[in-house]
Amino acid sequence: MSEHLIIIGAGMATGRAIEHLRDAGSNMAITLFNAEPRGNYNRIMLSPVLAGDKTYEEIVTHDDAWYVEHDVATRFGEKVVAIDRAAKTVTAANGDVLSYDKLMFGTGSNPFMIPLPGHDLEGVIAYRDLEDTEQMMSMGSDNKVVVIGGGLLGLEAAAGMAARGVDVTVVHIMGHLMERQLDEAAGYLLRKALVDKGITVKCSANSKEILGENGKVRALLLDDGTELPCDLLVMAVGIRPNVQLAKDAGLAVSKGIHVDDQMLTSDPDVFAVGECVEHNGALFGLVAPLYDQAKVAAQTLLGGEAAFVPKELSTKLKVTGCDLFSAGDFADGDGREDIVFRDPARGVYRRLIIENSVIIGTVMYGDTADSNWFFGLIKDKTDIAEMRDTVIFGPAYQGGAAQDPLSAVAALPRDAEICGCNGISKGTIEDAIAAGATDLGAIKGTTKASASCGTCTGLVEQVLAVTLGDEFVIPAAQSICGCTDMTHEDVRRMIKSQKLTSQAAVWQECGWQTVDGCHVCRPAVNFYLLADWPLEYQDDPQSRFINERKHANIQKDGTFSVVPRMWGGVTTPQELRAIADAAEKYMVPTVKVTGGQRIDLLGVKGEDLPAIWKDLNDAGMVSGYAYSKGLRTVKTCVGTDHCRFGTQDSTGLGIKLEKTLHGAWTPHKLKLAVSGCPRNCAEATCKDIGVVCVDSGYQVSIGGAAGMDVKETELLVQVPTEDEAILVVKAVTQLYREHAKYLDRIYKWLAKVGMDWVKERIVDDLNERAALVERFEISQSIYRHDPWAKHAAEKAESYQPLANLALEAAE
Amino acid sequence: MSAWVDIAALDDIPLRGARVVKTAEGCVAVFRTSADQVFALDNRCPHKGGPLAEGIVHGNSVTCPLHNWVFSLETGQAQGADEGQVPTYPAKVEDGRILLDRAFLRGRAAA
Repeated sequence: MSEHLIIIGAGMATGRAIEHLRDAGSNMAITLFNAEPRGNYNRIMLSPVLAGDKTYEEIVTHDDAWYVEHDVATRFGEKVVAIDRAAKTVTAANGDVLSYDKLMFGTGSNPFMIPLPGHDLEGVIAYRDLEDTEQMMSMGSDNKVVVIGGGLLGLEAAAGMAARGVDVTVVHIMGHLMERQLDEAAGYLLRKALVDKGITVKCSANSKEILGENGKVRALLLDDGTELPCDLLVMAVGIRPNVQLAKDAGLAVSKGIHVDDQMLTSDPDVFAVGECVEHNGALFGLVAPLYDQAKVAAQTLLGGEAAFVPKELSTKLKVTGCDLFSAGDFADGDGREDIVFRDPARGVYRRLIIENSVIIGTVMYGDTADSNWFFGLIKDKTDIAEMRDTVIFGPAYQGGAAQDPLSAVAALPRDAEICGCNGISKGTIEDAIAAGATDLGAIKGTTKASASCGTCTGLVEQVLAVTLGDEFVIPAAQSICGCTDMTHEDVRRMIKSQKLTSQAAVWQECGWQTVDGCHVCRPAVNFYLLADWPLEYQDDPQSRFINERKHANIQKDGTFSVVPRMWGGVTTPQELRAIADAAEKYMVPTVKVTGGQRIDLLGVKGEDLPAIWKDLNDAGMVSGYAYSKGLRTVKTCVGTDHCRFGTQDSTGLGIKLEKTLHGAWTPHKLKLAVSGCPRNCAEATCKDIGVVCVDSGYQVSIGGAAGMDVKETELLVQVPTEDEAILVVKAVTQLYREHAKYLDRIYKWLAKVGMDWVKERIVDDLNERAALVERFEISQSIYRHDPWAKHAAEKAESYQPLANLALEAAE
Repeated sequence: MSAWVDIAALDDIPLRGARVVKTAEGCVAVFRTSADQVFALDNRCPHKGGPLAEGIVHGNSVTCPLHNWVFSLETGQAQGADEGQVPTYPAKVEDGRILLDRAFLRGRAAA
């Protein structure tokens, strides 16, 4: 019978250890306990998840299927409560006793919570796991958050929330940010970059007390009496190895669980890896040494010989737009010299710390492209006496080589580390290329290089380019997808200039490499065709995402949500009654008011859609297009009808705009608002198109955003009459439709073409404005209709199962 | 021995589309490709249970509507970096009619 390995904790280290065991063909029985109710995910990628750059699904490293396939018995959501080393058993929380031959601790670490008064209030969290991340993700633009801790984790948390529009303040006890990794100058540049992102940074700030209200956090009180109001308080001040279970089991423990070079604890049948271990007095928090430990533990288990050797570590910050890198030792000291390079205009700072003609540390900010070369010099203790004059400029300037951006990579030795997370050297990548991995995806698959945090992706591509020469072209302009080399812009140009009016024509003339596209290009091409040839091209439902194909929003359980239009946010008792009746009749589990001033019926079965639409249609309501890359809503305030401040009939204008734009397809969703006065109760200045009424007329502004990015609109034009305001809105919608890239909101498009370009066409040239309006109306003659009525009347059958064989099976 | 059951007309499924067939063990998605081939797969993405019949059909593949996993209609294998497999069942077209294998119903119960 094979041996039984019990692993406590499904973290990055133990996950990697299991991979090594199975890759080596071990048939050991493995049982994996995890207190979190899930398996392995890439914890260092929580920051990109928080920032909205990735989804949780994208950072799962092992899913259920993987565990099944690799024969790992999982006990997720279960704690191990006791270990009997004499009997070699562990006891699970539910009382199960399991015996083991080998045991592995991967219990990780606990975030350290400063025991300030109030630290146990609701809304005081650490930044450690998915639950913490989700709490932070629930914060929005009307929330304030205080982050205690200006280290790596605290800043990634702050930047991630700031990217969501949250008002974030970072409170840091030391004089500059990330003082363990950065010197003061780099700390300053980093602070400046964060302040530019709208984050408030308070250094040398001592927290005194967390203030609460009804058991929930309200504010942070500093030593100097400053009160920082907050809805959420994140403590990111450090971690402590989680050693309690090991201690209770009688293993040797001080700060962490003692391990030797083979990752064995004081018990020869018990291993420990990851953040819970202490090796020669050192603790570990970065991922690279954890992976090394996993490898050593696995090899020891397999009977091989391996020893864990701690390596020089480097740090990169995963905050978009803040490029910084540090490695080695950079404290001032006797016999140490600095070489410093600054370029204030570009915000570049680079410092090398030299001792006895050897670089022992570096801090780089703003331009970190050469960081690996410098890191190599540190690790190899290279004597730099010969190149001292030019070393600060990087590898491209050494040995008189030309300033080829690839020469830096070409100059790297084979053992130079390319992927810090996974410890993959240039040589390993070169070998993989020689073995046939000739693109980024293949390199990721075979070596794992760039598969964890991804910051080395560019480097890996450069290694590919250097190794393969002309056979590998570093991707320049982004093509739409893998089906074509053409960019969105190329394809649009072809559709217009070559009068391509069908998808098949586009595939042929633009050299598609697949039969009929994919889920990425088909919706884009479908949109471009219907935008440019509304009369000639027939919309293809099969090229639309399910939401637009079925005119409802798919939910995670496969049910749909139904949102009828409420023109300008105005409804009637009769409509509300009909909605209530429909909700009851179709057993709608959730009825929710949306941010766009209407009502969402969530959880409707796909088969019931035509029937519920029919009922809503009968009460006079139509589809709200809540699922569309098209006109969503026109939010309004009550204007002159009721408001004592209103200057114009904002509700009336909103209704007119929504009726005229109803059904219009645009590159991305299109949200409007009309406010009756500059108090702006309809929040018109953060919409794609906003109208603010003033005494003298209507200010039309465009390019606002209140999602992942938050932006105020820019004024396009002020016009004296309601009719002209409507014409301007139609013209700008058409201009956006004809020119923007699919899935670019107006603000992104505006950043590319510039406001002046838009004004030239809509404000300065009234003929062009009229032509745009005319083309808008031509398109609307096809698309301004209610898809619900059409589907309920003509396509209801297609919403039902093709056949029902359930009865036959019962025979 | 296989026994083919007549399910519906080929034209009942849109080109590059899918419809579901209910069985006692859950729904099977029947896909029609641009080449008028039909394929039958469990209507359930192994990732998060997404309804594959609602996905975009391209080539001999379908993209799950929930998180864009792509599956081969021929083998049920996840494509690209994702790992997973959807059970597939025999299906064919004869004289413009879609036929499924009656045995697959019993096979599903055993699977």
